Amino acid sequence: MDRRKSLKSIVLGSVAGGLALHGCNPGEGPKEELSVAKAEGIKWMTAEENKLMDELQAEQFFNPHELATLTVLCDLILPGDGGFKSASDAEAVPFIEFMVKDVPEMQVDFRGGLMWLDHRSNTDFGKEFIAAGPEQQKRLLDEIAFYDPEVPQLERPFGVNFFSTVRNLTLTGFYTSKLGIEELGYQGNMPNVWNGVPQDVLDQHGVSYDPQWLAKCVDQSQRNVVAEWDDQGNLIT
Amino acid sequence: MQIKENTTLYDAIIVGSGAGGGMATKILSEAGLKVAVVEAGPFFDPTDPEQKTQLRWPYESPRRGAGTRRPFGDFDSAYGGWEIEGEPYTFKDGTKFDWFRSHMLGGRTNHWGRISLRFGPDDFKHKSVDGHGEDWPISYQDVAPYYDKVDKLIGVFGSKEDLRNDPDGYFLPPPKPRLHELFYIKGAKKSGVPVYPSRLSMLTKRINNDRGVCFYCGQCSRGCQVHADFSSGTCLIFPAQKNGGQVDLFVNCMVREVTTDAEGRATGVSYISKDDRKEYKLKGKVVVLGASACSSARILLNSKSPQHPNGLGNSSDAVGRYLHDSTGADMMAFVPDLMNRKTSYNEDGVGGMHVYSPWWGDNSKLDFPRGYHIEVWGGMGMPSYGFGFNVNEFNKFFGTKVGGYGDILRSDAKKYYGAIVGLSGRGESIALKDNYCEIDPNTVDQWGIPVLRFHYKWSDNERKQAKHMQDTFDEILTNMGGEVIGNKPGADQDFGLHTPGRIIHEVGTTRMGDDPRTSVTNKFQQLHDADNVFIVDAGPFSSQADKNCTWTILALSWRASDYIVDQFKKQNL
Repeated sequence: MDRRKSLKSIVLGSVAGGLALHGCNPGEGPKEELSVAKAEGIKWMTAEENKLMDELQAEQFFNPHELATLTVLCDLILPGDGGFKSASDAEAVPFIEFMVKDVPEMQVDFRGGLMWLDHRSNTDFGKEFIAAGPEQQKRLLDEIAFYDPEVPQLERPFGVNFFSTVRNLTLTGFYTSKLGIEELGYQGNMPNVWNGVPQDVLDQHGVSYDPQWLAKCVDQSQRNVVAEWDDQGNLIT
Repeated sequence: MQIKENTTLYDAIIVGSGAGGGMATKILSEAGLKVAVVEAGPFFDPTDPEQKTQLRWPYESPRRGAGTRRPFGDFDSAYGGWEIEGEPYTFKDGTKFDWFRSHMLGGRTNHWGRISLRFGPDDFKHKSVDGHGEDWPISYQDVAPYYDKVDKLIGVFGSKEDLRNDPDGYFLPPPKPRLHELFYIKGAKKSGVPVYPSRLSMLTKRINNDRGVCFYCGQCSRGCQVHADFSSGTCLIFPAQKNGGQVDLFVNCMVREVTTDAEGRATGVSYISKDDRKEYKLKGKVVVLGASACSSARILLNSKSPQHPNGLGNSSDAVGRYLHDSTGADMMAFVPDLMNRKTSYNEDGVGGMHVYSPWWGDNSKLDFPRGYHIEVWGGMGMPSYGFGFNVNEFNKFFGTKVGGYGDILRSDAKKYYGAIVGLSGRGESIALKDNYCEIDPNTVDQWGIPVLRFHYKWSDNERKQAKHMQDTFDEILTNMGGEVIGNKPGADQDFGLHTPGRIIHEVGTTRMGDDPRTSVTNKFQQLHDADNVFIVDAGPFSSQADKNCTWTILALSWRASDYIVDQFKKQNL
């Protein structure tokens, strides 16, 4: 039975089979997830897309221990201090949980990576990663957090690639959240009138507009006047 | 069970609701014809809150806009993609063609790039210029009045530049360049590559009182709720309905074939309703195919009868042949001078580049025929899936450590935000008889309709052009102070040339010509073999030009529709 099918069986009620594969604590995680899995759907998605979405949302991939480990890891990557919000404040972990179901190719590396981390922590400190102290956790991360970009990715050690994936998804999860977009300062995704790069930005980057080019561009004060042309195609309004 | 036949006799049955089908719908219905529009996908209106993705935030998608389902991301307005479940296509002789389909009202016009370029005088007569391919049976002068009308009806911004093979039109004023585009202008000029305001079909200025004006969210690919960009539904089909046209929309209806009578003339179409999986028939005096170049070829090839044993319109054996897509190759660079940007302003702009470079080269001095234009991308876009991946890899250019964790990543994310610029070349390939789609005798789709099998190979002409793109991009990006990201692809990778079909400019499968032995339609896009069947997608294109095909589809569909109306008036149809 493949994993996706086994997880589906948890949703459909054959809990025992699922747990045997899962090895997680009964009564946690999956049940909670079941209660939020509802068929309402996402308004703007097609029925087919919503059907898949419901299936994905109804599955639970990470067990409670894995979720707890991932939360610690994500918050080491983007901690919540010094006025910043943390990765978990921005719900980066539920996002990662969703993505490993949406892209099942990531599942083995994630599950194995979290166990690998516990193994290293057990070996060095005699306790699992989440039970280790922050300094111990960072000591472990220091071994895998940096990479040589000149070495092809496939040739880098597993731990390094695992951490890179967690870092990538943590950053995406954070900066595509409401909190992250605010922190980044992105000003778009709302109606406005584009009228060129502000002068202080032009100055900062050492570029300027060519007046001849600007002369061709839209006069935003006339944007609501219906366009008319002469016979030569010259705009006259 | 019997096939259900609708008793209405339509003046015209239009298959497909994209650029070609939409324009035919508008022109024919407004001339008083009763038309049926048969669309394989659902109804779609970007204004409908049930379908609208414009101005949604990444966190409104659990996958934050990742492309796991829709190839261009969750918010992209294309229902379909390279692969559609239950609707396969196959390949021949180890070749490959990636076929993008968008099954919805408006088709691919809902998500397209809105790059709206006229073909120029050379583009219609390029065989006469360089000996390759085939000349069109019409010239720029034949199409120019229709380009003018399309400009005024739909709206395109641009600037009058008086370029010989990139004709001017009736332009709305272009938007000012963004910051990275100013860098591109500088870098390109240093290499002698000219740059002009781009030509895109968004309303930077009001064009009528029905449609809104662009509010610069940069999301045209999601469809516009104020109809300030071109899509076939919002600019053609809805207005046709509003103007009192007799338009019956048949959505979720997949056309199987064109039915014909004992004289070999079309009597209508048969289609499968996706809702009840039953077969239906519609009767029409004229059938207008605008299903996409490959889909229309498929319908013709599947329309076999004693009168058309090789498929409808295929006595020439040219249906499906001369399939060609634009060439495409890309390169991007990290530009240190674009680091540490102020996020104090909104630079979303229109949904595409504000500047571009039309083909500038002299092919008589180059080792390949035909050219390409350059598209520019970059800027401080809305974060989406993938944002922050390899967040500080550019540290390598400064000799500092790459990777890490903690707050340093936050400053790295901000330091490099908006510092990447990409260039894409989109060029002209030569139409070849041996690049084709045909019916796969071994495979049907879930509707029971035989599917297409593709045979497509690039030639050295396209590879050399792609090499020229890579060398040019490398030089321009370097002029900008940029560090090229990734390895520059060499001969072993066809110089980064995309798989055919990837640029989504499929044309040529029912090419027009004066000789019925070598072409499928005449110069009015009317089948040589059946005078009441017309093709208004890009199938009749004799060649592609280094321009995107939509503006020409629109102009030619209008022209063919005028001809249909005229023929009705003369009682020839």
